[in-house]
Amino acid sequence: MNEFVETLLDLPWQDPRDVKRAYDVIIIGGGGHGLATAYYLATRHGITNVAIIEKNYIGSGNTGRNTTIIRSNYGIPESNRFYQHSLEMYQGLEEETGCWIMHATKGIMWMAHTETGMRAERARSLVNQAMGTETYFIDGAEGKAICPQLDITGGGRYPMRGGSYHPGGATARHDRVAWAYAQGALRNGVHILQNTEVTALTKDANGAVNGVMTPQGTISAPMVMSAVGGRVTQIANMAGARLPIRTHPLQAFVTNGYAQEFSNIVASTELLFYVSQTARGQMLMGAEFDPQPTYSTQTSVEMLQSVSTKASFMLPFLRNLRIMRQWTGICDVSADFSPIMGATGVDGLCVTTGWGTWGFKAIPAGGEAMAEYIANGKPSALIAPFALSRFAADHPMADQGSTGTR
Amino acid sequence: MAWIDCPNCGSRPTEEFRFGGELPIVPDSVVGEEARNIDYVWFFNNTDGPMVERWFHDAGCRRWLTQTRNTLTDRV
Repeated sequence: MNEFVETLLDLPWQDPRDVKRAYDVIIIGGGGHGLATAYYLATRHGITNVAIIEKNYIGSGNTGRNTTIIRSNYGIPESNRFYQHSLEMYQGLEEETGCWIMHATKGIMWMAHTETGMRAERARSLVNQAMGTETYFIDGAEGKAICPQLDITGGGRYPMRGGSYHPGGATARHDRVAWAYAQGALRNGVHILQNTEVTALTKDANGAVNGVMTPQGTISAPMVMSAVGGRVTQIANMAGARLPIRTHPLQAFVTNGYAQEFSNIVASTELLFYVSQTARGQMLMGAEFDPQPTYSTQTSVEMLQSVSTKASFMLPFLRNLRIMRQWTGICDVSADFSPIMGATGVDGLCVTTGWGTWGFKAIPAGGEAMAEYIANGKPSALIAPFALSRFAADHPMADQGSTGTR
Repeated sequence: MAWIDCPNCGSRPTEEFRFGGELPIVPDSVVGEEARNIDYVWFFNNTDGPMVERWFHDAGCRRWLTQTRNTLTDRV
């Protein structure tokens, strides 16, 4: 058995029956954000009497379904600052947790095919440079130099006029990130209760949330945090909180192995696809989320057709590969395409949501910020712009253009 | 959901339509005119089950239609 699996088996995993009746903090959802929050609560703030309640197994939701891209080329300063911090935390995560997460800095290129697209990429590069993030505005020839497999004429149909190149773009193995945080949290005494579904929230006489109900019984805590993915609206409904969240399915697929090295992440916000190579050599591709909200994780042939056609115009070698697997995750997409972190308007319940299709890259910074929020009772300057109250103030953090590709 | 029943054109593929969002129904639990307005503009019911929603037949009759779709199964 490999050494890493042995280490995981040695950890003090909880049986759902080991659950205590009361904790200081309950985190609903054992994905990246929930596990990272617990890890930072324990390591940075000394709050170890924490339970993570996960319906399935850890990392079984969107943490295990995303396409593992880490980048910070966001178009508005607040997002840029936040994701740049997360990107830097990822670079030090192996050292911090002592776990190999297969982090690899690859560089991400966003192609533009129209004048409008060029303008958007130029604006992105300038905002990023002003905020201290490396992103360069490039033309087609520079694109070809970065990715030699690229056909910059786009098969004659989608010529690449230019784009932006973000050398900091990286990938990491998604379930190893979840395990790294789970391992650190467990070693510090956090309880992880898998296969335990939250069926309701309990409230005290003043209407504040003070615990959760599960099939194993009621567990109480003065602070409950939701780190739930697609089904966050159902958790909010249990408390009577309202959220600007819609649940959209996002699909991705991988091909069989490509023998040569494909060293960058290549994406097109206008054609709505992105391509990277996994550590095994498979080509991993994804697209924009489906337009209508759905809780079903069905996959569709239409998505395969649309993405593989467009991607093979830009990268003709893809025509020789075969599609191996396709899957879907259900994403919590916010009304302004930026995350929502902090208070929900109901005492005792805080939330980290709106991670839509861009949550993986934010796991370290999101977890750190939510741990700080729970420990101090107020959001740090980094996440204050992402409070739920921004909608009532009519001040959305609109940044849809940066989410076009994940 | 691959097909949508359009009252003017009959059963047509989904690609011909544009999704127009769920009907913004503000629940009774939200009280006060200001709060109800904010809810109407920004918040969603995001129902897991039958959801009443609007679709625009972009590549067809160019009329809006309302349909109820189950978001758990993606069936109309």
